[in-house]
Amino acid sequence: MSAAHGPTLHTASPADDPEDDRVRRFLAGLGRVAGRLLSIALTLLGLLLLTFTMGRLLPADPVLAVTGAEVNKATYDRVYAELGLDRPLWEQFASYVGNVLRGDLGVSATTGHSVLSDLGHVFPATFELAVFAVITGVAIGLPLGIVAAVNRGRLIDHVARIIGLAGHSVPIFWLGLMALFVFYAKLHWVDASGRLSVFYEGMLEPVTGLLLLDTAMARDWDMFRDAVSHIVLPGLLLGYYSVAYISRMTRSFMLEQLNQEYVIAARAKGLSTAQVVWRHAFKNIRVQLLTIVALTLGGLLDGAVLVETVFGWPGLGQYLTRGLTMNDMNVVMGAVLLTGAMFMAINLISDRLYRILDARTH
Amino acid sequence: MSASSPAIDDGPTRGPARSALDAALKQVAAGWASYRRHPLGMVGLALIAALLATALLAPLIAHVDPNAQDLRQRLLPPSALHWFGTDHLGRDVFARVVYGARTTVQIVALVTVLVAPLGLVIGTASGYAGGLVDEVLMRVTDIFLSFPGLVLALGFAAALGPGLTNAGIAISLTAWPPIARLARAETLSLRNADFIAAVRLQGATPMRIVLRHILPLCIPSVIVRVTLNMAGVILTAAGLGFLGLGAQPPLAEWGSMVSTGRQFMLDSPWVVAAPGLSIAAISLAFNLAGDALRDVLDPRNEA
Repeated sequence: MSAAHGPTLHTASPADDPEDDRVRRFLAGLGRVAGRLLSIALTLLGLLLLTFTMGRLLPADPVLAVTGAEVNKATYDRVYAELGLDRPLWEQFASYVGNVLRGDLGVSATTGHSVLSDLGHVFPATFELAVFAVITGVAIGLPLGIVAAVNRGRLIDHVARIIGLAGHSVPIFWLGLMALFVFYAKLHWVDASGRLSVFYEGMLEPVTGLLLLDTAMARDWDMFRDAVSHIVLPGLLLGYYSVAYISRMTRSFMLEQLNQEYVIAARAKGLSTAQVVWRHAFKNIRVQLLTIVALTLGGLLDGAVLVETVFGWPGLGQYLTRGLTMNDMNVVMGAVLLTGAMFMAINLISDRLYRILDARTH
Repeated sequence: MSASSPAIDDGPTRGPARSALDAALKQVAAGWASYRRHPLGMVGLALIAALLATALLAPLIAHVDPNAQDLRQRLLPPSALHWFGTDHLGRDVFARVVYGARTTVQIVALVTVLVAPLGLVIGTASGYAGGLVDEVLMRVTDIFLSFPGLVLALGFAAALGPGLTNAGIAISLTAWPPIARLARAETLSLRNADFIAAVRLQGATPMRIVLRHILPLCIPSVIVRVTLNMAGVILTAAGLGFLGLGAQPPLAEWGSMVSTGRQFMLDSPWVVAAPGLSIAAISLAFNLAGDALRDVLDPRNEA
């Protein structure tokens, strides 16, 4: 992207005005940013085209969604024209893009609210779940990967591999059901279904939408405990799902470092394995790990759809699957668009972070 | 995957390769010798073989019709007669799990048949043509990659309507981008090779060069990549089935068996346990095999 604009030229004589040089550099930077923005805009446009196509392919009749099933021919035709369905497809697409840019994602046929406000309600729930899961995944996956790398080829390496792979192989919806069976139905350790017990429903004014944060800020520790007991099972499961990826990447980054000569030098100097790993090698893989964590967050959206269905978690995934089974076109388009945009944003941010934090890319 | 593999002691076929076929066979033999050293990879391979055998021999393994209902025999616990118990319609869960292997193999085969050519054609065309074609195709690939697989597959499955074939198509529509990326990278490394220049000088059209000379060389790495991604495909298919957008009842499919078994789970956990374990086992098998395959093929992993 940036290559097209070329690097700033520094061939000017020292007599050249330094102010001039600064302006030139500023312009080149501006060009780079513009190029990047253009590429983001094009990808977003493609995303919109994809959701638009998906919406048009859905077997739902958008007219009947507005009027209801019982409708006479005249009304049907009038609504058909009002919705712009008689216009050519590219015009419909253009008006769809215009609507999205204005923040209008249409109205949900099933909830009766605007899709945008619905998304505003369900998104924090999914975000809270995903953050809980990423923290779990890192807490388990990172040490697992490092232990596996240090003990490469030994029994503990194989065990770590199996723990990670199992989390990635077991269907998460099934593991969720089994966990509900054991920890909810048999042991009564946790609560199930939703984010709070019915008893607490509506007692708290949402501030951030993240219940753990909101209840803690309100110092309502009973409600906080209730929220924890709801999130702990789906959160841990979703986190375990990401352990395989995090531990495998940590292992391979670590192995790469441990094969470097500076490690041999450090060992020769008399440092212990722990010192070499944590003081030297780990420092060098921190940036790589950060991008992995960001990518995990994006990948978790997949698992979240299934986990939310199993645990009745009122998040984005459940909203999407409800829309799909109800043939609610605007909901499907809106939810898929948000997911895609989120995923794209995460990728972009992790790419930027990598460039900013990694000294070698300067 | 390059042809210049280091000399590896592979027993009786030692000595210089006499033909291209000979060389290819030698490479496979060397790879196999190295693969065999991965115990977990061998376990995975054995499980995959067991799945194929079960799918092929389903009527011989399960003596009962998987769809035969008997409401007097509903939700029976596992016994000598019904190894995995019976479900809410009195159907034999063992027979349904065995026939479910067929459904899984069908979907795996369908996705492979659709994804490999799609990814190959898009990737090689993009890599060979370059310029605007490359730019557009890769941008499209990026857009498809900017979705988590299941969410996109859900959308397509809903748009196409539920069913086994449509689920396979929906999954394929989400699974091709990594394959296309790979085929493009291979094409880029091949297109300036001398033998391609020779073919071009003989007057071959770009179409012919891509289809007859570049594409065949990309096939091995694409097959490996498809295998590596298979566990994800199986889990996505099971997820679609679980959400009611995959194979439709009464067809025995593991994901939808878990879904219908949900409401009887508290009293009859076996209806949910058996199909779920089957999905886990086969997806683990592909992951283990893929892991070993990656180790064999990645030269950096040489100890």
